[in-house]
Amino acid sequence: MNIRRLGWRNLLSNPLNTTLSLLLMTFGVGVISLLLLLNNQIEQQLKANLKGIDMVVGAKGSPLQLILSSIYHIDNPTGNISYAEANKLSKNSLVDFTIPLSFGDSYNGFRIVGTTHQYPELYEVSLKEGRMWSKTLEVVLGSTVADVHQLKIGDTFYGTHGLVEGGHVHDDYAYEVVGILKPSYSTMDQLILTNSHSVWKVHNHETIDDDHDHANCDHNHEDDNHDPANCNHNHDHHEHANCDHDHDHHEHANCDHDHSEKVELSISEDLSIPDDAMITALLVKFKSPVGFIQLPRKVNETTSLQAAVPALEISRLTSLLGFGVKTINGIAYIIIIVSGLSIFISLYNSLKKRRYELALMRVHGASKWQLVKLVLQEGMTLSLLGAVFGVLISRLTLFFMTFLVEQKYAVSSFQFNLIEEEFWLLPIALFIGLVASLIPTIQTYNINIPKILSNA
Amino acid sequence: MLQSESITFAYDKVNQFLFPDIKLEKEEDLLILGKSGVGKTTLIQILAGLLKPQSGTLKYNGLSYHDLPSKELDLFRGKHIGMVFQRPHFVRNISILDNLLLSLYLSNNKQDKERTIDLLEKIGLADKLNCKPDELSHGEQQRVAIAMAVVKNPDLILADEPTSSLDDINCEKIITLLKEQASSTNAQLIIITHDSRLKSQFKKSITL
Repeated sequence: MNIRRLGWRNLLSNPLNTTLSLLLMTFGVGVISLLLLLNNQIEQQLKANLKGIDMVVGAKGSPLQLILSSIYHIDNPTGNISYAEANKLSKNSLVDFTIPLSFGDSYNGFRIVGTTHQYPELYEVSLKEGRMWSKTLEVVLGSTVADVHQLKIGDTFYGTHGLVEGGHVHDDYAYEVVGILKPSYSTMDQLILTNSHSVWKVHNHETIDDDHDHANCDHNHEDDNHDPANCNHNHDHHEHANCDHDHDHHEHANCDHDHSEKVELSISEDLSIPDDAMITALLVKFKSPVGFIQLPRKVNETTSLQAAVPALEISRLTSLLGFGVKTINGIAYIIIIVSGLSIFISLYNSLKKRRYELALMRVHGASKWQLVKLVLQEGMTLSLLGAVFGVLISRLTLFFMTFLVEQKYAVSSFQFNLIEEEFWLLPIALFIGLVASLIPTIQTYNINIPKILSNA
Repeated sequence: MLQSESITFAYDKVNQFLFPDIKLEKEEDLLILGKSGVGKTTLIQILAGLLKPQSGTLKYNGLSYHDLPSKELDLFRGKHIGMVFQRPHFVRNISILDNLLLSLYLSNNKQDKERTIDLLEKIGLADKLNCKPDELSHGEQQRVAIAMAVVKNPDLILADEPTSSLDDINCEKIITLLKEQASSTNAQLIIITHDSRLKSQFKKSITL
């Protein structure tokens, strides 16, 4: 028997008070810890998906929407822009590289994104199996897409117009799976990647029943209206005109096979870029920070395009979220303080009942400090245990939350270890425990043994 | 050897006490008799080192233990003095065995479980060693309280009115037990009481 064990026994023999104090502390710390974790997770996720993208160029609209749609793929795009115009940027001396993104179609809720091989490379995602796309209508799947739909190499599927399920099915062109990416815990897992031509091809063919493209495809517009059936033909003419480099022989071969799409693709294809090509957004990486000062302003003021800086928009977004987080955080701190109050009340009450016990212990040789240790230990044990349980429970909660939403948003990079801000929770909880034990401890120290013994 | 000379103590101007001198040789027991209000409890608390006398000297084996620093005095009390109160008190949340072990722990003694169980056996409570104090009868509690005082082999056992709430039979039993335990551990027994039934039991007595 010693002071530590006696303290435990005292806690255990008062289960209701102990549970209440413990629950309050656990709950308060748990909520704060969960918020910190979520915040951390969201920020990490937001930052991880930035991958050094300095600027996004897209159609005019909300800059936040542009960022959300083209980097995180969680909002609708602001519209389409001319590839030719956007691409002028890549020649700017301040620009390191650009990556075009074209999207608007999906497969069962997963976005089909027309881009270049540089896009998955930027996210440092490598192939789990198969190969990268090399031809139009070949796709590489993000790991989650492949998992959810059990798609394998060689499988084919049709895209749906729009970004939600249940849109018009583009059943003229089937995509063929040629590769599957390793999980990267980024948005890449949720995407179906192909080349830009696939998106153009599917859409140019269907411009007739596609209001969206009507509005944007100025060049094609006339031809389409006059001669809908001829759409593909028309398209190829443009390509002819545009074909200035290495694809010449492809192009020639292609001329003869114009209208038999699927066969045509397997034989040869034209990877030149049409004049009127539209993309949804252009990701831009600067060579130097000077780009931040010059380029976004230049784009916004001198072109019909919109430039948005992800870092700025994200900090705007997190500061918006921050308010809600702060409110809940405040409530959680109040809960922690109430738990301190509960610890105080339970110590104070039990001390009143145990005054004689403490005097008795002194008679049997206990020093003042041993009694102080006993009382302090009970308060600190409650707050420390509460803090530990809180941190554990927040992880458990997050684990289940991750489990539930994993397929929708890429928050799979789950972490169990303490995050920096959480290190404060322990001293805060201990401090509350200390403050709560302070008055009972002082009372214990100053206990008047003769008086208590005489009154007994 | 316990020796006191002209000890005084005052709670206030009205409640002032001058206690008769005590000289207790080795292996002597002492009965201190007195009516209510003559400072019996005050004297026993002074003897136990819980109250400091305002004047006079009090020595145990030549040591004026009241002059020890507080922590050492606590330890001196724990090691050398066992106290028995009129009403038995315990640490309620632990078993009686643990209460005895706690008494050993607090007085810096080895927590000898076997010897402690032996002691409980001697007072007829071996089968209750895992009971909480509240689960015992008053008589049993009284016996455990005595065990708690003697378990650490003190040199002095101070008993404050140990028998006043007991009938003759139980009074006899408790005094016998106290005497037995005191002699088995070579402790000197000092009983302070108003209970004159005990007068015949002790060779040496003083009246306050």
